[in-house]
Formats: sequence, C-alpha cells, structure tokens
Amino acid sequence: MSDDNLLIDATTKIFEDLCDPQNINAAKDDSWKQLLWNALEESGLTSAWVPEEFGGAGASISDGFSIIEVAGKFAVPIALPETLLGGWLLSNANISVPKGIMAVAPTRPRDKVTIHSNGTLYGQVRGVPFASEADHIVAAIEDAVSTKVALVAKNNCEIKSFSGLSGDPRDTILFDNVDAISIQELEGDLSYRSVKLMGATIRSLQIGGALMAILELATEHAKTRVAFEKPIAKFQAVQHNLAKLANETAAAVAVANSAADTLANSPDNEQAIFFEASSAKIRTGEAVGEGTAIAHQVLGAIGFTEEHILHRFTQRLWDWRDDFGNESEWAVELGALIAENGPDELWPLLTTR
Amino acid sequence: MSQSINFDPIRLPPEAEELRLEVREFLADEIANGSFNPSSSILKSGFDREFSKRVGKRGWIGMTWPKKYGGQERSFLERYVVTEEFRSQNAPVTCHFTADRQSGPVLLKYAQEHIKLDILPRITAGDCCFCIGLSEPNSGSDLFAASTKATPTDGGYLINGTKLWTSNAHQADYMIGLFRTSPPTKENRRHGLTQFLVDLKQPNITINPVRNMAGKHDFNEVVFDDLFIPEDHLLGEVDSAWKQATSELAYERSGPERFLETYYMLPELVRVLGKEPDIRAKEGVGRLVAQLHTLRRMSVSVNGMLQAGKEPVLEGSIVKDVGTIWEQALPSKARELASFIDDEPGNRTNFDELLQFSTNIAPKLTIQGGTTEVLRGIIARGLGLR
Ligand SMILES: Cc1cc2nc3c(=O)[nH]c(=O)nc-3n(C[C@H](O)[C@H](O)[C@H](O)COP(=O)(O)OP(=O)(O)OC[C@H]3O[C@@H](n4cnc5c(N)ncnc54)[C@H](O)[C@@H]3O)c2cc1C
Repeated sequence: MSDDNLLIDATTKIFEDLCDPQNINAAKDDSWKQLLWNALEESGLTSAWVPEEFGGAGASISDGFSIIEVAGKFAVPIALPETLLGGWLLSNANISVPKGIMAVAPTRPRDKVTIHSNGTLYGQVRGVPFASEADHIVAAIEDAVSTKVALVAKNNCEIKSFSGLSGDPRDTILFDNVDAISIQELEGDLSYRSVKLMGATIRSLQIGGALMAILELATEHAKTRVAFEKPIAKFQAVQHNLAKLANETAAAVAVANSAADTLANSPDNEQAIFFEASSAKIRTGEAVGEGTAIAHQVLGAIGFTEEHILHRFTQRLWDWRDDFGNESEWAVELGALIAENGPDELWPLLTTR
Repeated sequence: MSQSINFDPIRLPPEAEELRLEVREFLADEIANGSFNPSSSILKSGFDREFSKRVGKRGWIGMTWPKKYGGQERSFLERYVVTEEFRSQNAPVTCHFTADRQSGPVLLKYAQEHIKLDILPRITAGDCCFCIGLSEPNSGSDLFAASTKATPTDGGYLINGTKLWTSNAHQADYMIGLFRTSPPTKENRRHGLTQFLVDLKQPNITINPVRNMAGKHDFNEVVFDDLFIPEDHLLGEVDSAWKQATSELAYERSGPERFLETYYMLPELVRVLGKEPDIRAKEGVGRLVAQLHTLRRMSVSVNGMLQAGKEPVLEGSIVKDVGTIWEQALPSKARELASFIDDEPGNRTNFDELLQFSTNIAPKLTIQGGTTEVLRGIIARGLGLR
C-alpha cells in the first residue's frame, strides 16, 4: 500500500467514525462538529498544506487533494477544505498559520476585498462558506501591482449569516475599515487567478467525490427497492439512467484529478493550470446538474425527504458549483482564450496536457 | 465502495511526445505535397492505399506488435499519439485503421503462426485492408442472432449467407467474419459462433454497395455463396467466439477516434467566430473545449491503465458512451454558436460545408460499433445492476 492510500484510509476512518452522513443527518444538535474538528486537527489533516517549520503537517499538495476528495465523498459539512486552502494561502505569503477554523474570501469572481491607504480592509463579499463558524478569515486581495493575503480575526468583521441550499453557512462578510492581523504579498508566481484556480480545483475534487457517493447510493437503492415485483435495477430505463450518472461521475472524477495532478506536479506551468482547473470546474459543474437529477429520480420520494441522506450530497453539490467561479464564468474565460489563440492553436493546446 | 470508478491522471511519456513531433512533421509534409487537404479531406474518401503505405514505412501501423510480425513493440500510449494526431488532421487512414486497431490484434491472438507471418507484416506495411463482418440483415445489436453459416467440408468450411453494413468491404483485402458453426444451446444462446479469416479476393463473394444518407458509399452488403474457407483460417475455438472478445474491447472502445470524428467542427467554429466573439459564443466554445479536454484525459487514462496491465473495462465503455454522444452533439452546438457571426461573403463557406456533412453523418456515431443503448447495458453490468 502506498503512503497515499494510508492517508486516504486514515481520513476515511475519521469521517466514518465521526461524520457518517446517516448519523449526522439524524443528530439532534451540532455537538459532533467539535468532536470531528478536534479529531481532524489532532491528526494534522487541517494543517496538511502548512509546512512543518510553520507548525503544520507539511503534507504534499497531492496529499491535501486526496483528503479533499475523501471529504467530498462524505459531503463533509465543516470548513476542512477552506482551512486547508487558508493554510496554503497564508504559508505562501509567509504568514504564520493560526489554530482553528479558517474561511477564505472571496469565493465569487466579482466580489473584491481592497486595502485602504491606511492599511485597513474594505469590501463586501458574499456566499463565503463557513465564515460564521470560522475563527479567522483569509482574504485574497488583488491590487494594481500584486496579490496580497490578509489574515483577519473573524470577530473584527461584520458577518451577515446566510446559508446555502444545504444549510451550511454561506455568509456575507462586510469589511469596513477592518484591521488585519497580517497582510503580506503572495510569493513566487502565484497570482490572484492562481488562488481562484486552486479553489476551483478543490471544489471540483469535492464534486467528484460526492458524485461517486450518490452513484453508489443510487445503485444500491436500485438493487433493493422493489416495484412491480422486481428490483427497480432490473428496469432498463433505470439501468440506463444510472449508466449516465456513472458517465458524469467518471468525467468529473477524471477531470478533477487531472487538474489536481497539474497543480501538484506542474505548479509553475500557469497556462496548464488555467486550462486544467477551469476545465475541471466547468465539466464538474455540468456533471452536477445531470448527476443529481438522475440520483433523485432513482431514489423517488424517499430521496426527497429530510430523513434520507441523499440531499446531504445533492444540496452541497449544487452549492459547490457556485464557488470559485461557476461553469459559465470559467467557460467565458476559457472560450476567450481559445478565440484569441485562434483555430490553429486549439489542438496544440489540448495536447499539451 | 462497491464499484469504484478510477481514472489515474496518466500523462503521456516523453517518448510519446517526441513521437508526436515526428508525426506532425510527417503530416505537414504530406499536406504540403498535396496528399490530402485537412480542411476538406473529410468530405472525400478516407481510403488512400499509397498514403497508408507511407505511414507503414514510418512504422506507425501495428506499432505495438512484436517485431517478428512487422511491429515496433512500442507502447499503447505511443500508438495513442499517432492515432490522435492523424485524426485531428483528418488524414486518410481508412485503408489501414481497422486492421491496426482491431483485426491485427485478433490475428495476433488467435491466428496460426504461418498466417500471422504472412498477413501481419503486410498490414504494418500499409498494404492490407481489413473489414469487419459481424452485422447481418437480422442481427445487429444482437450479434448472437447471426445466421450466416459455416458448414464443415473437406479441408475447411463452406460459407453461405449475408453480412450487412460492412464498412470498406469493397476496398478491403480480408474480412474477419463471424459465422454460425452450430445452433445455440438452451443453456447458452451465445454458443455456436466462430471467427474466420476471409480472403475477399475470390469468387463466390458478391459485394453490393449500400449508399448512406450522406450520399457516400462506405458500407456494403456482402453475400457468400458456397465460399470455401480453408481449415487453417479458423480463428480461435470453434463455437466459442463469444469468449474471444473481452480485453481488446477496452482498447476498441476508448481510443481517441471515439470522440474525434467530428472534431474538425471545433477549430472551424473558432475560425468563423474570430478573435472576439460575443459572450455567448465564448461560453459555448469554453464548454466544448472543457468537455473535449475531459474526454481526452479519460481516454489517455484508460489507455495508460491498459498499458500498465490493469483492466479498466467499465471506464473504457464510459469513454465511448460519453465520447460518441459528444461528437454527435458537436455539429449542432457549432451551428447554434455560429448563428450571429457576420455574414461576409465567403466567410463561412467552408464552415457550412463541413456543418452539412457532419450533421448528415452525426446519426451514425451512436450506432456504429455498438449503439448507445447496448453500451449503457454494459456500463450497467459494470455497476452490478444486471
Ligand atoms: C456507419 C456504420 C458502419 C458500420 N460498419 C459495420 C461494419 O463494418 N461491420 C459490421 O459488422 N457492422 C457495421 N455496422 C453495423 C452496426 O454494428 C450496427 O448497426 C449496430 O450494431 C446496431 O445494429 P442495428 O443497426 O441492426 O440496430 P438494431 O439492433 O436493430 O437496434 C436498433 C435500435 O434498437 C435499440 N436497441 C437494440 N438493442 C437494444 C437493447 N438490448 N436494449 C435497448 N435498446 C436496444 C437501440 O436504440 C438501437 O439503436 C455499421 C453501422 C453503421 C451505422
């Protein structure tokens, strides 16, 4: 077994024990959240992308992505991917990473945080996952000359609570003359767009993971649910719907892992990262639409209840496709690049990856 | 997880990328020499034996096969690069492609040694064209309904019956045919069919053209009237053809030709849209490119996993299903996205010509080589549903 598998198994075990969708769906309160967070923090999973010299676990980029894909499989409803991303951003800006939960802003392409001449932060950003549950907010800031990262105590910001389709927090943060704990420039070749592309890849992996989970849920359901005196899996229409769900899942898993591989193994190849990560967010977003519709169709009325866990996956899938650029937003950017390059550059671009 | 879907993020190795440059250079030379025109060759016959011979000279046909049969013992990922470069340039590969992909590997596995030594080197030289004789008037999706008969006779078999939809039979040298040697049994309706190598250049075979709706003559009716096939042309086990087609199928299903058949519409669309299309066209092109990139990554992954000795059977079927649906939808997407371009005279002549052609051939893409419904049945079996 490779180290990679050990990490995946260890992560899976924690989620099985403390974040089983069935159990938390039936839970009376949110007390499981703290237990889960503690277990993740103790095992170093929350600081995977923080180098050891900054007190983190110092895992590789690809290990962090593996953790995130598993989190997607369980539709984990806490800020683990956000905290990983926050740790990555802070480390790449040489800011020491605090303990606790982090949220990252902005997640919508047209929202902005700016730095006033006196060094304080301004701006309103919407739909920030888990901002209200976070201890700190990590903001990415683009100004005329550089990209900066700011670490801000959550309590210094004004938070308006909203929730997504899943009920997970997706809050509006108002930065109004807010003092940051630290503001530093992003290092190396990382740009504002790199941050969005990293976020897009993280969400693509979560989407792939959650699609695998609903494929399994729907397949198992079809084998056991009886209608007209046979398991509905015996109806060809159901088989073909599930085959289409498998197709969409496969496409999402493949393109998300390809983007993750690019970020992990070609971190300096800006063109490749844009092409792969934007494609991943576009294609996984498309897979969400068709995939969730099929899973719900197969589960029938049972899948439309609060009691059944299907919605834990499908609602988060709908939420995730809006984060860090949705399919339309990225498709316009990618299409613009293709048009600008012209027809003769299309095939060479496709075959670079 | 009961069934898992796995696509290792496999990249093409450096030797494959080096080969790509060689192939591009070869194709550029061919185009410069007028051997084919990439922007219109798709409208013409893709059959060009002289071209195939030049490809054979480069060692790019049967390139994964053992050297003693004329192969190069190169990897499937190297073959992948050759296949996709030829497809993307609309090179005329019809004469050699069926043998390269399908018939050659069947012979390698099931033919007798002297047959292999005779035929395989001719295939790799680009001078031996194969066709596939599976379908019949009353046997399409259900191959096990085939009724063309092979009756034992002195030193071989006599063939009687009709194959239908046989692509390129009129230009091919050989067919690999599926014939009935015994009736099916009660326990196994797949029993009783046998594969044979058929030399098409002999009497007692009548090949009648069947024109398709695009006005082309690609497929045929092939009538056998007491055709003699020598014993040693039998491929594999008598009555057991159904056992013989498993692992190769993943290659057959997952290659780049499974999503690139209408690819020419995409660069042509980008050409007519110009450098600054409207936002709707940008979005449409962006989505198409993301979808194509995804397909290609899936396809490379399946081929890489096969090369590594894994058996991604489910994944291979998925590539073909998603791929053929995509290439079928591409012409109509291109048509929609080109709706608002400026209509300067001559601007979209080539686009419109290709659009007409691709729209006309689109229906076949989800039928040839097994229909969408049959493929989804295979995927459903992979999911454990049947
Ligand atoms: C361009 C082209 C080239 C071809 N070249 C060759 C060739 O070289 N050699 C060769 O042998 N054959 C060739 N074929 C034939 C091809 O393999 C068959 O057309 C194909 O297998 C389908 O068979 P059919 O046309 O008889 O359709 P049918 O079997 O009659 O099926 C018609 C439709 O019925 C439905 N259907 C059938 N079975 C099922 C099922 N189990 N579940 C659900 N729905 C089902 C599907 O919607 C299907 O599309 C070619 C076909 C085309 C279009």
